[in-house]
Amino acid sequence: MASTTAPSRNGPAGRRSTPPPPPRSARASAWRSRLHRWDTKGTPYALVAPFFLVFAAFGLFPLLYTGWLSFHRVSLYNVDRAEWVGLRNYADLFTGQVSHYFWNALLNTFTLGVLSTVPQLLMALGLAHLLNYRLRARGFLRTALLAPYATSVAAATLVFALIFSPEGGMANWVLGLFGAGPVHWEAGRWSSQFAISVIVTWRWTGYNALIFLAAMQAVPRELYEAAALDGANRWKQFLHVTIPALRPTILFTVIVSTIGATQLFGEPYLFGGQSGHQGGTDHQYETLGILMYDQGFHSSMLGRASAVAWIMFGLLLLIGLVNALITRRLRASQ
Amino acid sequence: MSRPTVQRARLRSAVLASAAATLALVLTGCSSSDSGSASADGKITLTVGTFGTFGYKEAGLYDAYMKQHPGITIKENPTTVEGNYWTALQTRLSGGGLDDVQALEVGRISLATSEDLADAFADLSDAPGVEKKNYLPWKWDQATTADGRTIGLGTDVGPMAICYRQDLFKAAGLPSDPESVGRLWAGDWAKFVETGKRYQAKAPKGTFFMDSATGLFNAVVSSSPVQYYKDGELAYKDSPSVKTAWDLAVKAVQGKTSQGLKMFDTPWQTAFSKSTFATTVCPSWQQANIQQFSGPANKGKWNIAQPPAAGNWGGSFLAVPASGKHVEEARKLVAWLTAPEQQAKVFQKVGNIPANQAAYELPGVVDYKNPYIGPGAATGRIFSTAAQAIKPAEIGPHAQDLAGAFGTGVQLMEQNGKSPEEAWNATVREVDSTLQ
Repeated sequence: MASTTAPSRNGPAGRRSTPPPPPRSARASAWRSRLHRWDTKGTPYALVAPFFLVFAAFGLFPLLYTGWLSFHRVSLYNVDRAEWVGLRNYADLFTGQVSHYFWNALLNTFTLGVLSTVPQLLMALGLAHLLNYRLRARGFLRTALLAPYATSVAAATLVFALIFSPEGGMANWVLGLFGAGPVHWEAGRWSSQFAISVIVTWRWTGYNALIFLAAMQAVPRELYEAAALDGANRWKQFLHVTIPALRPTILFTVIVSTIGATQLFGEPYLFGGQSGHQGGTDHQYETLGILMYDQGFHSSMLGRASAVAWIMFGLLLLIGLVNALITRRLRASQ
Repeated sequence: MSRPTVQRARLRSAVLASAAATLALVLTGCSSSDSGSASADGKITLTVGTFGTFGYKEAGLYDAYMKQHPGITIKENPTTVEGNYWTALQTRLSGGGLDDVQALEVGRISLATSEDLADAFADLSDAPGVEKKNYLPWKWDQATTADGRTIGLGTDVGPMAICYRQDLFKAAGLPSDPESVGRLWAGDWAKFVETGKRYQAKAPKGTFFMDSATGLFNAVVSSSPVQYYKDGELAYKDSPSVKTAWDLAVKAVQGKTSQGLKMFDTPWQTAFSKSTFATTVCPSWQQANIQQFSGPANKGKWNIAQPPAAGNWGGSFLAVPASGKHVEEARKLVAWLTAPEQQAKVFQKVGNIPANQAAYELPGVVDYKNPYIGPGAATGRIFSTAAQAIKPAEIGPHAQDLAGAFGTGVQLMEQNGKSPEEAWNATVREVDSTLQ
């Protein structure tokens, strides 16, 4: 592809060095210069337009429409017939009929988020640290890290559902070797959440490890050498050189993982099989995402589902805000 | 011209192209995609939306119809789980993109014939070739609206029997031929649960009497004239059948006679091949599952017996959305697919009992024997007798959701170790929060 920057040998802007066009008529040249002005002013907007048009159609409009729906009682198969109910849907969720399920889902989203995000990031840090050393087949190992991330949620979840199956599942077989179990993984609150967080962790650890690895490679070698001269072993180097240098990267992955955890849907939904739509028989692993789906598409109450969607949106804004505050703190302290 | 100018020209056309592409994307994204459009040579495509196993493809019916009507191509859009299918159907009812023919489960038919939805479907009572007297009368009435439009033609019904493992019964010291097994629980579901206790006392290690108490619960409710609704009102809290079914399910769970599996889930499917339970409630459509999941190794080990009471579990309809492009052709196709000859073919192929009672008189239906399940058992007679003995029950608009909620309620006891009271309260809360 041709380079987009003008060749510098012809002068700073390139264009100026071209011979002026033969003067045909003053009007034509005025027209051309106006065209040129539009070009320089308009082209950047035209170039970014696709994103904003698509965003407006598939991001902004649904967002506002969902907000509007959340103030109505509206059924999935009769969207044209919406009845204004004000804040009823929100009240239902916080204190009313479905509050039991809402608070349960909020708590589950939080516990599932912690259960999957924390081990995921710790393991990713460790893996990245190991891969940062000179190892045989380092290139292969780095590529292999991305394999789980490239697997579809559906495929991964179905395989893990088999592993955690009460009928001949591998997890119970392994437990049996140690004389423990069998555990009915899907039925228990903690066992099911553990199983789901294993799926999430498995899929995302490699991805985060690669991000950490990239950041680690930017840490100047001299820092490690100096630390080694001061007698710091590898663990101390990791603690006192790597971690501080990686702080912004860690913060970034924490935020991205938190957002991912807040929106968790596919893994618990597929893990539950027949009762996936409500996050398990006892709603034991129902997340906000699943609650939204269940209300909207299973009970066909679009208004209530929209209210859940907006609450999730609010939560994400809150997370973003906290992130901004911490980042500013960090920057100020440096 | 110098290079930068060329670049700009190229850039400009790239911008135009990308803007055009975006616009096209936005426009097509907003309009619904065409289904079943006619091509230039007058050929049309009819799409058929189904769930589970309707057996039309297996019985070669689409091919036969396309041969008779060279201008028509039929395409089936199958879904495995009815819940997912219904969700998608509801979404498309308001958003567009329906198939020319849509299957409806019996638990949804009351909602489909209600004022809210009935207008979305075409009247099939006068479709060419339809003869009302052929269909089971209660099945016909279920799909007929208050103002007399019939929006669905019955494909099959779900008369129940009990399928049981002959070898496991023998090993547990119970009688094992169909006649004596049927006598063990004749006339009363409570006797079925009692038999479970007898079985469990001497059961081969690691086996259970039944697959899931949810199946038992559904069977008891399904064989009662009053189920979840009475006189158009939701009546599950004081419906005698719901109470009986719940109490029996509690008994089965507490007696540990049920393996506690979620029906249709993967572990349930695996359990068939591992031979860990001895009975399963057997609506006619269940035969296909038993054969598929038990596998060739268990051929001839299953047998089939009369149920404690006649009842109907499941069975579907074919409907034609009024908004379709080829409503007339779709009506003809539905009338043909549900005619006696075609239903008989489907029955012989996948075991769905015809809703068209004229089909029972055709050879190969009443005298049908399933080579996999109980070779020698009078499968066709058991099911067609059961089908004609079914007493019509009132099916309310949310029957399917209620059955789902109660099934989950039973699982709360089986899988999650909840007490009967906790499970009942959770079920009531679930129902109340789901049905506005």
